[in-house]
Amino acid sequence: MSVTSVVKDPESLTMTVTADLDATVERAWQLWADPRQFERWWGPPGYPATVVDHDLRAGGRITFFMTGDEGERHDSTWDVIAADPPRHLELRDADVDEDGRPNDGNAMTGFVITIDERDRGGAVMAIHTHFDSLAGMEQVLATGVEEGMHMLISQIDAVLAGAPA
Amino acid sequence: MVVDQIADADVDRIFHALADSTRRDILTLAVGGKYSVSALAERYPMSFAAVQKHVAVLEGAGLITKERRGRERLVRTDVDTVQKARELLDGIEELWRARVDRIDNLLANEKRTTGGN
Repeated sequence: MSVTSVVKDPESLTMTVTADLDATVERAWQLWADPRQFERWWGPPGYPATVVDHDLRAGGRITFFMTGDEGERHDSTWDVIAADPPRHLELRDADVDEDGRPNDGNAMTGFVITIDERDRGGAVMAIHTHFDSLAGMEQVLATGVEEGMHMLISQIDAVLAGAPA
Repeated sequence: MVVDQIADADVDRIFHALADSTRRDILTLAVGGKYSVSALAERYPMSFAAVQKHVAVLEGAGLITKERRGRERLVRTDVDTVQKARELLDGIEELWRARVDRIDNLLANEKRTTGGN
């Protein structure tokens, strides 16, 4: 079970990632709806996410932060545009400063998540991301570079410890 | 790193230029550098002046260049600028692939410990 397609359009600044999951639709929904679940997959080992607010209803808000082992912290706020369990979720992302206020001028990213039954069992989850600007993409990626480094470090640690990476 | 290669003001201009569907369409048409502004204008239900304005916005963002061919000025998409957007998307794709891997592990571990769901 894994990513089955990635459709990227650099001109309209959109990307759709589709993945097959070995789970029911309801179980897949919990990956987003249960903050403890979300914390386990959003950030890589060594750069975990901690959810602060999690009001998964239209008009609600999700706030979380990610922390690295050097103590660096990256805060995120998402507005919930639509939440129709267990199949449809729309979120809008705005970066916030250390006091939790949205950073003026920061570009925003929108997500539309759809979950459906897969013909041969399991679930299909599609994550459609729309970036308002190249700046928004750069921002996501700048955080991602940090994520990537932590991922690499945890893999190196695993190798050094003799554990399967 | 790609992130450092585009100044903020440039990013704003590129963003503004790409935010319009006619301008995105012009970008696609102008990849081969075969169209003049007047040839482009014939394809849209809007005035020559309106199309010229769109082309000027794209040019200001560095997304297209104009080159003289005889009496015509041909419009060509600057593939490098579009390529920067593509590189950024490639990086973000990797983030999502890693997230889906973590979801798979999470679901697999759960099945192992609970015997399924």
